Amino acid sequence: MKHVKCECGHVNPHGTILCEACGRVLQESEKEKQLVDMRYEGSARRSQTYNKTIVDKVWNFFSSVKVGVWLIVITLIASALGTIFPQEMYIPPIMPAAEYYEDQYGWIGKLYYDLGFHNLYSSWWYLVLIASIGISLVICSLDRVIPLWRALKAQRVSRHEGFLKRQRVFGVSEASNLDESYEKVKERLKAKRYNIREEDGNILAEKGRFSRWGPYVNHIGLIIFLIGGMLRFVPGMYIDEVLWVREGETKVIPETDGQYYLKNNKFILEVYDKDKDNQAFSEAIEEKGMVAKNYQSNVTLYKKKGETVAGQPPELEKVKDYPIKVNEPLKFEGYALYQVSYKLDELSKMTFTLGNKKSNESFGEVKIDLNDPKDRYDLGNGYAVEVVSYFPDFEFDDSGEPVTKSKVPNNPAFVFKMITPDKKEGEISFVAIQQTIEPFGDNEYKMNFSGIDTKNVSSITVRKDLTLWLIAFGGLIFMIGVAQGSYWNHRRIWIRRVNDEVWIAGHTNKNWHGLKREIQAVLEDTGIKEPEDQMQKEENKE
Amino acid sequence: MVSLSGNLLFASFILYLIATVFFAGSIKDKKGKLKEKGPNKWAKIAIFITIIGFISQLGYFITRWIVAGHAPVSNMFEFGTFFALSLVGAFIVLYYMYKTPLLGVFTLPVALLLIAFSSMFSRDISPLIPALQSHWLYIHVTTAALGQAILGMSFAAGLIYLVKAIDQSKPSKRTFWLETIMFGLICTLGFVLVTTTFSLLDYKAEFNWIDKNGQQLKQEYTMPAITGPNEGELLTAGKFEPLVEMPGIINAKKLNTVVWSLLSGTIIYLLFRLIIRKRVGAVLQPVVKNIKLDLVDEIGYRSVLIGFPVFTLGALIFAMIWAQIAWTRFWGWDPKEVWALITFLFYAAFLHLRLSKGWHGEKSAWLAVVGFVIIMFNFVAVNLVIAGLHSYAG
Repeated sequence: MKHVKCECGHVNPHGTILCEACGRVLQESEKEKQLVDMRYEGSARRSQTYNKTIVDKVWNFFSSVKVGVWLIVITLIASALGTIFPQEMYIPPIMPAAEYYEDQYGWIGKLYYDLGFHNLYSSWWYLVLIASIGISLVICSLDRVIPLWRALKAQRVSRHEGFLKRQRVFGVSEASNLDESYEKVKERLKAKRYNIREEDGNILAEKGRFSRWGPYVNHIGLIIFLIGGMLRFVPGMYIDEVLWVREGETKVIPETDGQYYLKNNKFILEVYDKDKDNQAFSEAIEEKGMVAKNYQSNVTLYKKKGETVAGQPPELEKVKDYPIKVNEPLKFEGYALYQVSYKLDELSKMTFTLGNKKSNESFGEVKIDLNDPKDRYDLGNGYAVEVVSYFPDFEFDDSGEPVTKSKVPNNPAFVFKMITPDKKEGEISFVAIQQTIEPFGDNEYKMNFSGIDTKNVSSITVRKDLTLWLIAFGGLIFMIGVAQGSYWNHRRIWIRRVNDEVWIAGHTNKNWHGLKREIQAVLEDTGIKEPEDQMQKEENKE
Repeated sequence: MVSLSGNLLFASFILYLIATVFFAGSIKDKKGKLKEKGPNKWAKIAIFITIIGFISQLGYFITRWIVAGHAPVSNMFEFGTFFALSLVGAFIVLYYMYKTPLLGVFTLPVALLLIAFSSMFSRDISPLIPALQSHWLYIHVTTAALGQAILGMSFAAGLIYLVKAIDQSKPSKRTFWLETIMFGLICTLGFVLVTTTFSLLDYKAEFNWIDKNGQQLKQEYTMPAITGPNEGELLTAGKFEPLVEMPGIINAKKLNTVVWSLLSGTIIYLLFRLIIRKRVGAVLQPVVKNIKLDLVDEIGYRSVLIGFPVFTLGALIFAMIWAQIAWTRFWGWDPKEVWALITFLFYAAFLHLRLSKGWHGEKSAWLAVVGFVIIMFNFVAVNLVIAGLHSYAG
């Protein structure tokens, strides 16, 4: 690799525009410009220097800020498209997505679905966009941060005249009793927390250099964040399960290897009461009708004790009681249990009496646990009821056979065999809500519906997310970087004696107004003239 | 206490209005004595009144907090007024940083419009639904609003830049788009005027209509229906019959409000053009005559630099922490989340274009305007039009 040796003796890497040490303009094309381009200190960036191999080309593509901005803008537009209609995960499960979008939004909805926009954020091309932004972040940063770091490290106090002259803030003044002024200026710069380096009577005052690293730090944060997001696809890192538990029921918590069990003691739904709650709410409550105040599941968490013997219920040890509310999940061992939904008054038990149709005489009561019906209920004196078939969520299928849609007792139906002393073989009866069918002709006996018990059901989300710490760490680094780059400025003031003149130049990566004000304060009453903003001068000329 | 709170807000509204006049006055006064350094007497009075107004609005915020038992940032009205409060706060800080009274002439009217606009929605103190019952409500919403307000200052600066920089001697694309911005602001004013008028008239018209699922529903219009609901049947006697009937998938009532706002905005704008015979931008141009373009550019850029980290912290990071606690996941592609991401991406692009592509000055000013449009879209449209988890506003 060729190196460029500057007249000042410093050896610069190939492609350097401004000498890292003295700032002399090394590239011919730059010499004509009135102001030097101070971005990245005129250092040699790989992307600006090499363009031969495929690696160079890929590198140059992703290192371009233009490409980066395009990626951002395309992602931005794509993201906006995804909010035109709700994403598939937010549509009600009343019909398949393919029909839903057309049904609700007409032909545009169909188009939306056909283009795959109903799952836009998990589409391959959206992920490719995000990944490209990630690659661009890495390459852009590497392409700039290394040469910038070199250049800022190598910079010398005395800068070349051509460099100073081509700074945006620059001025020359003749000065008498310079030594006195110099001391004053130095003192004031120190008071303003500048780092001062001196060399042959020249001064370089610098502060806030670390703000130059802000963008790179925040890019590192973003990369960590994106890696954290990718980790979700590693098995075991992320768990998202839903657990419906009825009141009184104990269920194993999914994805815990059968180690943990959850009992739902009670589900509580509270609404605001216009008379009892804060009087200030009364109008709002009246207008809206009902406002939910609390969703809560009082649960007990159990841990399994010892080995489970097949066929035996596991031995459980209570860990703790906890009221799970919205915003107050139950946390244990990296898991979190959230209150997400509920169902009120699900059927839990049905009561029937066995009776004679003619005499209306009753022979006992049968209480059936709809989630765990027994095969046979003995009523004594030779009376008994057998449950031949049970359909918790009954409907007739296409061929007219009774089937069950689910295991949830939404619409229970039974085939009973009623055994009585006079009908020892038993009579068969099909019983559903508001419906009795006697498939083998007229029965003498009947199951009379006499009541129901209901229970509330809590829907609990079981979550484990081992990627969180990395994502949080990435977010923290990003915030540090973005604050570092935004709230501090890298300012430099060069003061150089050229014969009887004092040359002053200033540079800042941003907030020129602040720099000019600072220079003004530093130079006040020193006899040294305030430098001018050459950009403004040009503007005024126009 | 509730009425005290309301009165304090009203007082701040009036004070901001007066302060705007004084800020405008301070500009005119400057004409003769250009050399004078620093803000003049008018400007000093104006900033004083602004600060009193700010304190008064802070009083509204605190008293309402005490009454409700939670920070008043939970619906359209509360968020909008807090946004205005943050905007005025950001302006006061920037005023002392840059000593530019002109900024007040452009910022305070935006704050006034925000307060007026928000007041058109239900002002009832509402109880918090379970998902909102968390300290993160204050932390997340206030930080996000503050971030947006600081970013909003770059809109004010951008507007000043454009008014000054755009050549008004002949019509062009630039004058057209600048007028479009002005028209947008005027339509907001139109919305406020129309809503207030019909609410004072107590206009109420009830309709039977059929929604997209074929269900018959009742709906009450508070403005005369230009766009009527699907198969709508006017129930209230003596009220205006709809001019056009909308299909069921369109919310005809909201569209009606939009149509009224555009209509009234157009009328005000046309009247203005007819009487003054100049573009709004051209009328404002003399006001900005004495400001230096690079200073305004700097203020705009500074606002983005200060606001961007605050916005990211409030609208993304705090939002994610809360979402993890309340909704079981830190990110769920809810429309509000997505639009916060879009805002973030937009200002990220803004900063990259500025730092690396040298998009200073006018380009940067246009971007600041677009950024504010995105913020407003997230505030208004995402709450009212796009359904999602954040649609508490109703």
